[in-house]
Amino acid sequence: MTDVLERQDDSERLLLDATTSRSRKVRNCVASIWMVGSLVVAMVPLAFVIGYVVVKGIGLINVTWFTEDIQARSREAGGGMAPAIVGTLLITGAATLMAVPLGILGAIYLNEYGGKGRTAGLIRFMSDVMTGVPSIVMGLFVYTVFTLTFGLNGLGGALALACLMLPIVIRSTEEMLKLVPDELRDGSYALGNRKWRTVTTVVLPEAFGGIVSGVMLAIARAAGETAPLVFTIGAARALNPNLLDGANAALSLQIFNNSQSPFPASQDRAWAAALTLVAIVFLFTIAARVVSARVARRHSA
Amino acid sequence: MSSETQAPVQPSGPSAMTTPVATARPAATGAAEVVFDVKGLNVYYGPFRAVRDVDIRVHRNEITAFIGPSGCGKSTVLRCFDRMNDLIPSARVEGTVMYHGVDLYDPRVDPVEVRKRVGMVFQKPNPFPKSIYDNVAFGPRLNGNKENLDDTVEKALRGAALWDEVKDRLKKSAMSLSGGQQQRLCIARAIAVDPEVVLMDEPCSALDPIAMARIEDLMQEIKSRYTIIIVTHNMQQAARVSDRTAFFTTEVNSESDTRTGLLVEYDRTDKIFSAPADERTENYVTGRFG
Repeated sequence: MTDVLERQDDSERLLLDATTSRSRKVRNCVASIWMVGSLVVAMVPLAFVIGYVVVKGIGLINVTWFTEDIQARSREAGGGMAPAIVGTLLITGAATLMAVPLGILGAIYLNEYGGKGRTAGLIRFMSDVMTGVPSIVMGLFVYTVFTLTFGLNGLGGALALACLMLPIVIRSTEEMLKLVPDELRDGSYALGNRKWRTVTTVVLPEAFGGIVSGVMLAIARAAGETAPLVFTIGAARALNPNLLDGANAALSLQIFNNSQSPFPASQDRAWAAALTLVAIVFLFTIAARVVSARVARRHSA
Repeated sequence: MSSETQAPVQPSGPSAMTTPVATARPAATGAAEVVFDVKGLNVYYGPFRAVRDVDIRVHRNEITAFIGPSGCGKSTVLRCFDRMNDLIPSARVEGTVMYHGVDLYDPRVDPVEVRKRVGMVFQKPNPFPKSIYDNVAFGPRLNGNKENLDDTVEKALRGAALWDEVKDRLKKSAMSLSGGQQQRLCIARAIAVDPEVVLMDEPCSALDPIAMARIEDLMQEIKSRYTIIIVTHNMQQAARVSDRTAFFTTEVNSESDTRTGLLVEYDRTDKIFSAPADERTENYVTGRFG
């Protein structure tokens, strides 16, 4: 009987008035506040950037902004940004078409075929180095090997952007392929599926969502790049849908050039171009999310 | 639960002859056709010899169980029957694995063709993250059998005793099934391509007893059509379901302190569990070792 009472005392002491549990609650509370606070602090600059760009840039956004050529006299208002919008879409699109298939195939090689071999190790190392190469160096590289021979055109810009995108696509895709469990590959092989078919029918569908995220990251990065385009696409003021011939325009370059100008009309154009670029990247990101969510749902409905 | 899942742990003597397991046994007395004839099988992982000198004959329409302690090479040997060891870069196989008179390790043999005839079910249920239907249709589609795909899928799911549970939600993700259902789906996926042999690598180790009983019932039902080899840690399971049992064990190599698996004894299951010829087998099945 005394035993029972003693045990009850012990339990009360341990479970009801334990000081360790009180200090743990305090620490938990402090850590929670700290984390939420960090999140808020991190969100503040982002909100300000978007708010600033919207407030400063919204004034010029109207129909003519999307339809007219770029104003030739920088001190005067008026004109549109159609050449730069089309240029950014075409150049980034062409860069995506070059970099994404190559990057995904490269990642498939690294993860599914090369494994721990020396070639794969070398490629992995090189693509890591490429990730760190400053974008202006990519621009100069394309300038020397391409633009000096073929002249200023959109394709040069696309090549430079593709060089930037490639390592991002390779590494992000490889990480996604690594996450596909080997059990699924074994299941596929055990049914008499060949390696390449296993990659296309089991591994890639499973990794699709993650690959799309990586590709979007690369596209968003490329769409905003200025330095690779400075030497390669020139400065067109009229719409040029032909990437292979003649100078082109891009939103990022327009932001750069107009913001350098002392004239308020040009500076306004820079803000509006910035807003346009942010909106384009934003729309594409949402579209990619919708597509990958739909595929994921069909995949595991 | 059916009667054979409650069959005695060590079927011995005439009483075992009344269980469904035992009624199929006359076929196992030696007349049955040999599907696999393994001679002098050695498997190496790099310089390390994982299994040595295995000789075994697997008979048609029987269930052959591989039992033994961990690391004794049961799974390694099993994976030689559908050349899944090829997928491990350092693995190397010596000896012959004759399948209806063809050595599976002949350089002219395409492992992909082997795997179409010899299906496999893994320890952990591994359905593809696709719909139930697409999982079962995966193999037939691969082989270009697109006609009557619905019938093939239904037949395979019925064969795996899963049809009634999933027939109204074939388009739902296979991941929504329970572990036992997932494993039966994997069996359905394996038999949808109509293989001759089904290899099972500890198919019940991740399942609860009821799911395990269903899989064991299923094995009894399908063995008239397929030849089954099952690796199991569970001696009772081997005793309940199999016609023949192979007991593997490990030996420590004195100079390198590594372990190599070897086949100790292979015989009819009732013999292994009631009157084993080797002392090591007896110690294992009576629980004195491993």
